Amino acid sequence: MSRRALRTVTPLALTLIAGLGLGACTDKADSNGATGGATAAGGPIIVNATDTACELSATTAKAGTITFEVTNRGTKVNEFYVYAEGDRIVGEVENITPGLKRELKVEVTQPGSLTTACKPGMVGDGIRGTFTVTGSATAGSADQKVATAIADYKAFVATQTDELLTGTAAFVAAVKAGDVARAKELYPTARLPWETIEPVAESFGDLDPRIDGREDVVEDGMTFTGYHRLEKDLWVSGLQKDSNAVAEQLLADVREIAAKSKTVEPTALTIAGGAKALLDEVATGKVTGEEERYSHTDLWDFRGNLQGSQSALETLRPVVAERDPALQKALDARFAALNKLLESHRVAGTFVSYEKLSDADIKALTVSLDALSEQVAKVPGVVEAK
Amino acid sequence: MSTEGLSRRRLLGTGGTAAVAGVAGVAVGATTAGALALRGNAVTDDSAAAGAPGATTPSPALALDAAIPFRGVHQAGIVTPAQDRLHFVALDVVTKDPAQLRGLLEAWTRAAERMTVGAEAAPGGLVGGGPNRAPEDTGEAYGLPASGLTITIGYGPSLFDERFGLAAKKPAALKELPAFAGDQLDPRRTGGDLCIQACANDPQVAVHAVRNLIRLGFGVVAVRWSQLGFGRTSSTSTAQATPRNLFGFKDGTNNLKAEQPEDLAQHVWVAKDDERTGGAWMAGGSYLVARRIRMHIEVWDRTPLQEQEDIIGRDKKEGAPLGQAKEFDALDFAKKGPDGATAIPVDAHVRLAHASRLGGIRILRRGYNFTDGSDGVGHLDAGLFFLAFMRDPEKQFVPMQRALAKADVLNEYIEHNGSAVFACPPGLAEGEHWGQALFA
Repeated sequence: MSRRALRTVTPLALTLIAGLGLGACTDKADSNGATGGATAAGGPIIVNATDTACELSATTAKAGTITFEVTNRGTKVNEFYVYAEGDRIVGEVENITPGLKRELKVEVTQPGSLTTACKPGMVGDGIRGTFTVTGSATAGSADQKVATAIADYKAFVATQTDELLTGTAAFVAAVKAGDVARAKELYPTARLPWETIEPVAESFGDLDPRIDGREDVVEDGMTFTGYHRLEKDLWVSGLQKDSNAVAEQLLADVREIAAKSKTVEPTALTIAGGAKALLDEVATGKVTGEEERYSHTDLWDFRGNLQGSQSALETLRPVVAERDPALQKALDARFAALNKLLESHRVAGTFVSYEKLSDADIKALTVSLDALSEQVAKVPGVVEAK
Repeated sequence: MSTEGLSRRRLLGTGGTAAVAGVAGVAVGATTAGALALRGNAVTDDSAAAGAPGATTPSPALALDAAIPFRGVHQAGIVTPAQDRLHFVALDVVTKDPAQLRGLLEAWTRAAERMTVGAEAAPGGLVGGGPNRAPEDTGEAYGLPASGLTITIGYGPSLFDERFGLAAKKPAALKELPAFAGDQLDPRRTGGDLCIQACANDPQVAVHAVRNLIRLGFGVVAVRWSQLGFGRTSSTSTAQATPRNLFGFKDGTNNLKAEQPEDLAQHVWVAKDDERTGGAWMAGGSYLVARRIRMHIEVWDRTPLQEQEDIIGRDKKEGAPLGQAKEFDALDFAKKGPDGATAIPVDAHVRLAHASRLGGIRILRRGYNFTDGSDGVGHLDAGLFFLAFMRDPEKQFVPMQRALAKADVLNEYIEHNGSAVFACPPGLAEGEHWGQALFA
């Protein structure tokens, strides 16, 4: 279970954050003027930027592609920004050296109010003005690719919860039969599906700590139950008088969470956020050897989290590949690199004990995980509603 | 840029504030975004600082907050006035793809240049990505002034192995340092494919710079080791007062200074003809030697004053050479004291390290005091993070350190436990980026 479970958990089933319908495309090359396209009537908006002023030839435009032609007539390096509410960038051009002219195109599909800003010297809030977008919005047609991604992810969750239930039932049976060796063998793989869908499971507040709480994070008034209580019994203390009861409760709880998980309605954003959260789990709990402190089967959990993250993003592949192909390429390369590294610690089908890893092994895993996580963290911004 | 912001450095109150004013003659080249830079300072950076024509004397308080030009003939952070705070990081390249490394060096250049004027690492880095993106800038330096931030890059010998096709570009002068007597090097504080030296007058600004560059590098580089320095131990300008190291002595009185361009050309900057083959790109650059020197300060502090002064060879209060009255008086190694022995003992640190004893060798020192918490047995893990720039380590640092390692009484109080050497390329002209010459 994650540290996060102790805080208020953001449920997976968030609603889509309403987008302003904005997008930007910066023409990075120096420009001699408008290069065609659906610019607002009357051609590009001319921006004269100086060290003390930011003059626009028009402060209103119709929805669509709006082109700004920014000339730095001052002495300081300048930047030009178009902001939506909260200083969210709709588009920007930077490094406009004195005398240079650069072009910025922004895509605005909704009428409303924006803010323009020149930033002589690159620091501070800049010289700001209000910019009004008029006209009818191009109705943002529902993105079929996102809808498909959501359906695919729901199917993935359903498969994993079924496997979780089957695996946990076999594990519980071994515990109840007093077959410690068999139970220890089944333990890491019974949990594996849990680790693939942890962010979904965590959205059900009280069930998660009962199923996956660690001894040190069980809150006051709660008893230490679930997988990790049985882990301690199997590896450290031996089966206790109440081990059977704990096992039965675990199976009941897993059955409940499996049913509930299938009702979750994800969004592109929550799928992407979950993929990142799974890697955060690895960073704070698995690669550190904290999660499986008695059995040292942390690399199995690592495997589950990584697989869950990759599968979640696999459902979003059509969306990411369309909007940011370079990111999709980076994701593929870095998932492949970390998978390869992790699999190098598997011997005869099973992962080595965390205790067998050297400091250099742990550093290599962490370095590869950081490399992947930086890219995965970019996905929410790419799949958010446009 | 905003000049009203008070740097945390200044709020803490320090001496030597006025000393930075008027750093005339600093040999930096053209400025960039640099209308902001060193506003009004009489820097000999030609007229490129458009909009700052008046060479008026700035208020002393402004200087610590001001920006130092990122671009120029030489990299900033070498002979530019030594700032009070340091964050240094050595990194290893973890990708096998030279294109990724090259791309990172370009991305670093953009972010570094932005941060040195006090801007976010990326445009709109604080909140501009909207609610669903992780902010591109980590935020802790937002609203703080440029604080004299310099970001200096260096390449270690290991970068030029077979991985990136750079073997032919390796400068002849870039070699791993030899082992010195008494070295206690910890592999976790030694070496590195690359280094970044971030210096500023506000520690938060220096740490922010390194943190954001590391973040840009995930997947391409990984941190090997890192070092914070809380106070400079050298002056690199005659306008700066000589600071003290953790032994309580003035350090680097006879350091090379920005105002001595001929000495810098002779001892610090790699000359055009120094590298005749693949390393020609180093012309205008400099070699950086980094040594983490743990000081056993608890033992030192119990040492009588006379013994301390004899070990160093200077008096503690003034910093004058023994037998002289003023800090900048010339060292007279022949002069006898009342007891008939030389005033400066034969094994004093200043004697062993002096150019006259080393065939004229000099280096530009730019080190920092550090304390990295405690050592677990009741002592502070404190010392000097020695940084020095030079034209050829093998001809300068190596013989100097050999002489010191052999005879310096100071060795009883210090321990070298980290070490690295880096080739710091020359400065960047407008439009150039780090790595461009290397991968050309």
